[in-house]
Amino acid sequence: MKVERSVRVEDKLFCNRYLVDAGRPHIKVRAHTRPSPQLLALLRACPARCYDVNDKGQVEITVDGCMECGTCRVIGEPTGDIEWSYPRGGYGVLFKFG
Amino acid sequence: MIEERFDAIVVGAGMAGNAAALTMAKKGMKVLQLERGEYAGSKNVQGAILYADMLEKLIPEFREDAPLERHLVEQRFWIMDDRSHVGLHYRSEDFNEERANRYTIIRAQFDRWFSSKVRAAGATVLCETTVTDLAQDAYGRVIGVRTDRQDGEIHADVVVLAEGVNGLLGARARLRERPKPNKVALAVKEMHFLPRETIEARFNLSGDEGVVIEAAGTISGGMTGMGFIYANKECISVGIGCLVADFQRTGRTPYELLDRFKRHPSVAPLIEGSEVKEYAAHLIPEGGYRAIPQLYGDGWVVAGDAAQLNNAIHREGSNLAMTSGRIAAEAIFQVKSRRLAMTKENLALYKRMLDRSFVLKDMKKYKDMPRLMHTNSQNFFMTYPQLVSKAMQTYLRVDGTPKSEKQKATLKSFVNARSWIGLFGDVFRFARAWR
Repeated sequence: MKVERSVRVEDKLFCNRYLVDAGRPHIKVRAHTRPSPQLLALLRACPARCYDVNDKGQVEITVDGCMECGTCRVIGEPTGDIEWSYPRGGYGVLFKFG
Repeated sequence: MIEERFDAIVVGAGMAGNAAALTMAKKGMKVLQLERGEYAGSKNVQGAILYADMLEKLIPEFREDAPLERHLVEQRFWIMDDRSHVGLHYRSEDFNEERANRYTIIRAQFDRWFSSKVRAAGATVLCETTVTDLAQDAYGRVIGVRTDRQDGEIHADVVVLAEGVNGLLGARARLRERPKPNKVALAVKEMHFLPRETIEARFNLSGDEGVVIEAAGTISGGMTGMGFIYANKECISVGIGCLVADFQRTGRTPYELLDRFKRHPSVAPLIEGSEVKEYAAHLIPEGGYRAIPQLYGDGWVVAGDAAQLNNAIHREGSNLAMTSGRIAAEAIFQVKSRRLAMTKENLALYKRMLDRSFVLKDMKKYKDMPRLMHTNSQNFFMTYPQLVSKAMQTYLRVDGTPKSEKQKATLKSFVNARSWIGLFGDVFRFARAWR
């Protein structure tokens, strides 16, 4: 599945403010050999494009740009593909306008 | 464990949480409000329109110091295809009144102000604190919360869950289901900054007058969704949202959809040359009346987005949140003043009061609308907007074709696209859902 590259999400996220809780990701992807359809859907549905595929074809997450919207929770939590929590208090995205 | 005991704990400092905490604190209750963001509003996202009436009930003099952007004098609704829009505009001088009815706001700023009122009323507001679980006794009664702070268990007679659309705590404690892909929309939004004179010129405004534009049609690519453009003082909020189930089904990306909306010939000139200062994403409860969970139980009530209280048809959400938060607080206060326990039976008063308010009356009125929109998205968001645009263009283009032939061609295009049965069915279903 090809991920949309025509829009540079990194540039969008760059204007946001984040306080990253280094080493304590609030979302985790369950270990897998082949990704489920739900995990693959997250590659495109995540508005911050936190999900990507590694060399082994597994879906990985980097939570640094996460806007905590919960889209991946709604799709990936019921199947057990991901574990979803909010970041620790004070960490994560800090909207200036919201 | 924190030994101090509270009358009520409010989880969340959004519209519902602030309304609840303020109402209870004003009545002299001992209230603790917990917010995971650095400050109230730092995690909150909305379009955003503020409806004055519901805030006035909480803070009558709010216009004196609330951070308001523009009062709305004009509402536009656009039906869009890829190159055009058919618009319905309503503008009235009557909206230039002293106590305006609707304003645009910026949530991070507004919520911070709202929270200052909650503190001033005497509530204890603790930010940078994520509530991780509800504390329950052996009988499943909610007796408090656990947080990510050390010694984080705090007890109270009642917990007001104003935790927002994701409703993690309620779901973890099995008080309600987690939101489902076909009952929540994902909206993405950008803040486009421009000099205020430029905004006023482009939107035909003077002073603090404001305009909002809601847009539906092929911009959502056949998915159930809407775009919006709201004029603030020095920036324009531009966003689009569609059902999560539709994103999942189509594989469309939210940012590509937003960029396509921004490039639309009707939208691009409004934001040209602007500087984008924030990109935000948030879920919106779209399940309607049928998705409303159990609203109260032993030691808890739920309000706002967490209770799915959002009227998608009228784009009203924060006012339902504010009102449900206030009513929850009033019900809790009544139970307390009668010296009754915060049991499920006694807290049922909240639901009875909410039933009598516009909140559940409005939600009930549109109970069939989500299902209609979600199952007919291709027709309502793709086929009809294209047909309407074509019809308008045929009607307006003067090319020597007799008018009767144009009318016939237009009618034929509708019948070809949807058939007579389809057309009547759509009108009938829409009318019935609207009734």
